[in-house]
Amino acid sequence: MSGFDFSVIVSALPFLWEGLQLSFLLTILAIIGGLGFGVLLALARMSGFRLLSLVAATYVNLIRSVPLILVIFWFYFLVPLVLGRPVGGFYSALIAFVMFEAAYYSEIMRAGIKSVAKGQVQAGKSTGLGYWRIQRHIVLPQAFRNMIPVLVTQAIILFQDTSLVFVVSLRDFMTASSIVARTEGRLVEMYLFAAVVYFVICFAGSLTVRRLQSKVAT
Amino acid sequence: MNYNWNWAVLFQDPYLGWLISGLGWTVSVSLCAWVVAFVIGALIGVGRTVNNRLISGLCTAYVELFRNVPLLVQLFVWYFAIPEMVPDGVGHWMKREMPMPEFTTTVIALGLYTASRVAEQVRAGIDSIPKGLKAAAKANGLSGTQVYRYILLPISFRIIVPPLTSEFLTVFKNSSLALTIGLLELTAQSQQIADYTYNSFEAFTAATVIYIFIALVVTGLMQIVETRTAIPGQSGKGA
Amino acid sequence: MIEIDNISKKYGTFQVLRDCSTSVAKGEVVVICGPSGSGKSTLIQCVNGLEPVQQGRITVDGMNVTDKKTNLTQLRARIGMVFQHFELYPHMNVLENLCLAQEKVLNRTRSEAVAKAEALIERVGLSDHIHKHPGQLSGGQQQRVAIARSLAMDPIAMLFDEPTSALDPEMINEVLDVMVQLATDGMTMMVVTHEMGFARKVADRVVFMDEGRIVEDRKTEDFFSDPESPRLRDFLSKILQY
Repeated sequence: MSGFDFSVIVSALPFLWEGLQLSFLLTILAIIGGLGFGVLLALARMSGFRLLSLVAATYVNLIRSVPLILVIFWFYFLVPLVLGRPVGGFYSALIAFVMFEAAYYSEIMRAGIKSVAKGQVQAGKSTGLGYWRIQRHIVLPQAFRNMIPVLVTQAIILFQDTSLVFVVSLRDFMTASSIVARTEGRLVEMYLFAAVVYFVICFAGSLTVRRLQSKVAT
Repeated sequence: MNYNWNWAVLFQDPYLGWLISGLGWTVSVSLCAWVVAFVIGALIGVGRTVNNRLISGLCTAYVELFRNVPLLVQLFVWYFAIPEMVPDGVGHWMKREMPMPEFTTTVIALGLYTASRVAEQVRAGIDSIPKGLKAAAKANGLSGTQVYRYILLPISFRIIVPPLTSEFLTVFKNSSLALTIGLLELTAQSQQIADYTYNSFEAFTAATVIYIFIALVVTGLMQIVETRTAIPGQSGKGA
Repeated sequence: MIEIDNISKKYGTFQVLRDCSTSVAKGEVVVICGPSGSGKSTLIQCVNGLEPVQQGRITVDGMNVTDKKTNLTQLRARIGMVFQHFELYPHMNVLENLCLAQEKVLNRTRSEAVAKAEALIERVGLSDHIHKHPGQLSGGQQQRVAIARSLAMDPIAMLFDEPTSALDPEMINEVLDVMVQLATDGMTMMVVTHEMGFARKVADRVVFMDEGRIVEDRKTEDFFSDPESPRLRDFLSKILQY
């Protein structure tokens, strides 16, 4: 090993920072979009309408059985074709992430709602509350409480997954690190640095999850 | 929408061959990585539950390290950085003489990454067994190792079949990352067919259908495992 | 057989056992009772080293349980223990539950272990259920299997930690019957229980615990006819009220 060259990292910092900002932006927008679409999917699956829940279930199972990279490829191809004009790599990737994450979020929400004991609904009924009131005041608050740690974990996974936009050369933190690595010929420094940065961010996230879990548990 | 459909392209030479070879790589990388993940994950998971601060600390560190760095970054570290960091002789061997470098590297990276997730499931499985049962096994005269071997592990592995199924499926999906270091697995081949023929829709559909097929086969097999290993008298399954 | 000398134990800052001393002679049956949280379960779990103690000394058949050098696994193989929640191995059938430790700890052959298991299962009246799994048995049946599993090791003493507290009322007697039979056969027994009828019938001594202390340790007839401390009188009046 021929000496670890920190100066490469230092001089690339502004470029890497831009990449990291893109990673964060993509993560945040994908969480918002994914949660929104995920709620719709979860509602559709748990609705009484057979056809609607079947469509939603098919979508969720379909997305969950293919790799994210393939989903990214799909939407890179489909989005411009459907819209009839190119929208740029960022929006194609964002749409791919939203569509992908929504499938996972909807499952988390469904599991959260199912996790509320049946006795709670019966207790609600026995005190004379109607369906919507039981959902609003009894089921959803408890379900949401149970869901929070899982949702944050999924957000950490999503942040890690954004590194996959590398396959379409969108300049996120991973791609930026890789560009510097190759142009400067400093593969060891750049990939280890990328690993450390991702680790620090994601580990901080995991610690938050653990704190949330112990709060939910009490 | 302006698109020239041509489903026949999927069955033409050489594209059909590409898909088949892609499937072959996807399956072989995934199965090998799963063996690595299962063996190491089981050891690390058990290690986290033992009554030894050093061992459980090291195992926890492993899980945190491998779980909190994106798989793609890990793959690049294994492929590009590690050969430069090891002693010259070994590095030279890794770069020049290691058989099937892309395949081997993916198996190691994907295997060790997945091991951290398997370890979490194994630990959770062992932790979910009531404390009293462990006490009873000890009171029955079993040694620490015997308690794990005959009681804790057989029960926890039965409990965690469903989450392990989902990890196993994830391995197949994650094997697609190998395309970034040049392994022409299924996703890479479909992308390549799309590039050569402009029939992206057909190419991606083919890959999608094959992945779904893999998921169905794996889920089916694991359901057989689940029924076979179900404990009679528990959770309504079995005799 | 069992000597408990001035043991004390803390969970963090909570003192579970304070300076407890008592003993069980060979062939003696001692019942331990007391309100929940009094430390009686902890005390019995200390006897075979499932719970460590911070101070004091416990010896069983001359072996020092509280000495770190003692091989606890060997000791436990010689003391039977029955738990509140049965704790049968759920993934094994009744026969396997009885054979596992016989084969793996005592190194008995398969046929020896099976013969022993079958005899004991017959003794607790469950021969028809020998190939069932614990999940397919009632609570009372499971507890009888648990007793048989302990007996399969030919224990020198038996510890019972609230063996009937998790049972439906109609199943309590089938378990107590097995225990009474054991006591009559001369087994050395230490039993944590609230079943005062059982205590009256077979116990040689009854120990009353409260807040981690042994408050009374008396011959059975004196325990019931002449309780000394107000706390025991209060306790007896509560549990014998109905």
